[in-house]
Amino acid sequence: MVAPALDLKKTPLNDLHRKLGGRMVEFGGWDMPVQYAAGTIGEHLRTRTHAGLFDVSHMGEIDVRGPEAIAFVNKLASNDASKLIDGQAQYSALTTPQGTVIDDLLVYRFAEDHLLLVVNAGTTDKDWGWISSHQTGEAVKLENVSAQYCQIAIQGPQAISILQMLTETPLHEIKYYHFVRGQVDGVDSIISRTGYTGEDGFEVYAPPDKAEQLWSKILDAGNYGSEEGVLPCGLAARNTLRLEAGMCLYGHEIDETTTLLEANLGWITKLNKGDFIGREALAKQKEERIKRKLVGFEVTDRGIARDHQDILIDGQKVGIVTSGSPAPFLKKNIGMGYVPVEFANVEQNIEIDVRGKPVSAKIVALPFYKRAK
Amino acid sequence: MASVPDNLHYSKDHEWVRVEGDIAVIGITDHAQDQLGDVVYVELPKAGDEFAANDSFGSVESVKAVSEIFTPVTGKITETNDSLNDEPEKVNKDPYGDGWMIKMTMKSPGEVDSLLTAAEYEDFTKAEE
Repeated sequence: MVAPALDLKKTPLNDLHRKLGGRMVEFGGWDMPVQYAAGTIGEHLRTRTHAGLFDVSHMGEIDVRGPEAIAFVNKLASNDASKLIDGQAQYSALTTPQGTVIDDLLVYRFAEDHLLLVVNAGTTDKDWGWISSHQTGEAVKLENVSAQYCQIAIQGPQAISILQMLTETPLHEIKYYHFVRGQVDGVDSIISRTGYTGEDGFEVYAPPDKAEQLWSKILDAGNYGSEEGVLPCGLAARNTLRLEAGMCLYGHEIDETTTLLEANLGWITKLNKGDFIGREALAKQKEERIKRKLVGFEVTDRGIARDHQDILIDGQKVGIVTSGSPAPFLKKNIGMGYVPVEFANVEQNIEIDVRGKPVSAKIVALPFYKRAK
Repeated sequence: MASVPDNLHYSKDHEWVRVEGDIAVIGITDHAQDQLGDVVYVELPKAGDEFAANDSFGSVESVKAVSEIFTPVTGKITETNDSLNDEPEKVNKDPYGDGWMIKMTMKSPGEVDSLLTAAEYEDFTKAEE
C-alpha cells in the first residue's frame, strides 16, 4: 500500500478504511479510499440494490449565526434561503459576479438565526475565504466548523431500515431534504435525508471522535460481509452513482467558467428573491438565452468516453465531456458535457473523440437513472 | 499478494509473455489487474498487425482509468482474445489464463531474455510500491 503523502488531510475514518482494504488516493488534498476490496462495480450495484456506506467527512461545514444569517446567505448563494423552514436543507450555489460557480453546497436551517453550509472538500478553503470576505457589516458570526464534524452517508433502498436499528428517531418521518437532531447509537447527530447517489438515504453528521463507532455499528447493522449486506463504498462508486443520477460534480460539470443556467441549475437560481452576487449576469443571460448547455449522452459504439474529451458533430469539435464513465447499473457508457444549444436535443447524434478515434454517441435525457419510488 | 508464475517473462509495463514455440502469448499481470480494478473494456489490435517491442498495441479500461498496453516483443499478431469484448472481467479473474490478450509470432525470440524473470518482476513491483 502506498504511504500517504505527509501533507494529505485524513478523515477520522482513515485507519478503518485501510483495515477494510480501501485503496487510498489523493482527492482534493485528502487521503481517501477510491474503492475497497469489493471493487467499484460491486459497491455501485450494492448501493442501488441494498445499501452503501460512504465516508464524506472531508466535506466542509461553515456555520452562519446571527439575526441576519438568512439575508447574508441569500446575498452569496443563488437559491432562496428565506424559503427554508427549521429542519430543512436546500441545494444551492455560491456564484461569482459573472454567474459562474464558486461551489455548490447544501444550506441547512437549524433556526432563523442559524444556518449551516456544507461545501465541497477541495473548495472549503476557497469558499471560507470568499464567504468571510463578503461579511460587510451584517449581524452574522461565521465559523469554519469543518473539523467539528464527521459525515457518514448511508444510501440505498435498505439505508432507512439499517439506520433505524441504531436510532429511536422515526426516520420515515424525515422528509427528503429535511433533517433532525437525534441520537445514532447514543451519539448526538444530525440525521439528514439527503445524498448524492440517486437513492433514498441519509447523511449523518456527528463528532469526529465518534466516527469509527458509527461507521462500525452501521456496517454491523447492515450485515457487512454477507452477500446482501451493506458495503463500504469509495470515491469511484460515489462518482459513478452521482453520474447515473445526473448530478453535477464541482470541478467537472460546474466551475468558475460555467454558469448555473448553462448547467441546468436554473431551478436553484432564484432571480426574483432580491439581489445576490451574480444575479444581474444570470438575469441577462436568461434574457439573452444561453449559448451552450449541459447534456447527458450515451455511447452507442464500443468505447468509453472520459472527462475532457472533445464532443464532435460532423467531425468538428462542438464541446467537451465533463464526466465520462461506464455506468455499472445501467450497463452503458455514459457521460455529460457541454454542447451549443442548437445541438442540445435528445436523440442528437454526436461523436466523442476517444484518444483520436471518433466514437458514436447520442444525447439522452437526464437523469440517466431514476429510482422507482 | 499478487501471483507471479515462474514460467512467464515480465515487462516493466506489467505485461507477461508465455513462449509457446515461436508464438508469444501476451497479457497483463495479476498485479496490473489488481491495480486497475474492475476491467470493463479491452481494445485489441487485429490479426496481421505488426508491432515492435514496447509499442502500444491497445488499451485496457477500468471504471476509473484507461491504461495503454505494450508488446514486450517484436512480431506479428496471429490471434486476439475476442472473448474479452463480451467478458472483459476475465482479465481480473484469470489474468494468466482466460484473460490472455494477444498471440504474436516473434521476429527475434531472443527478446524475451531481456525481460524480467518472475523473481525480478516481484522485486520490481515491490520497489514500485
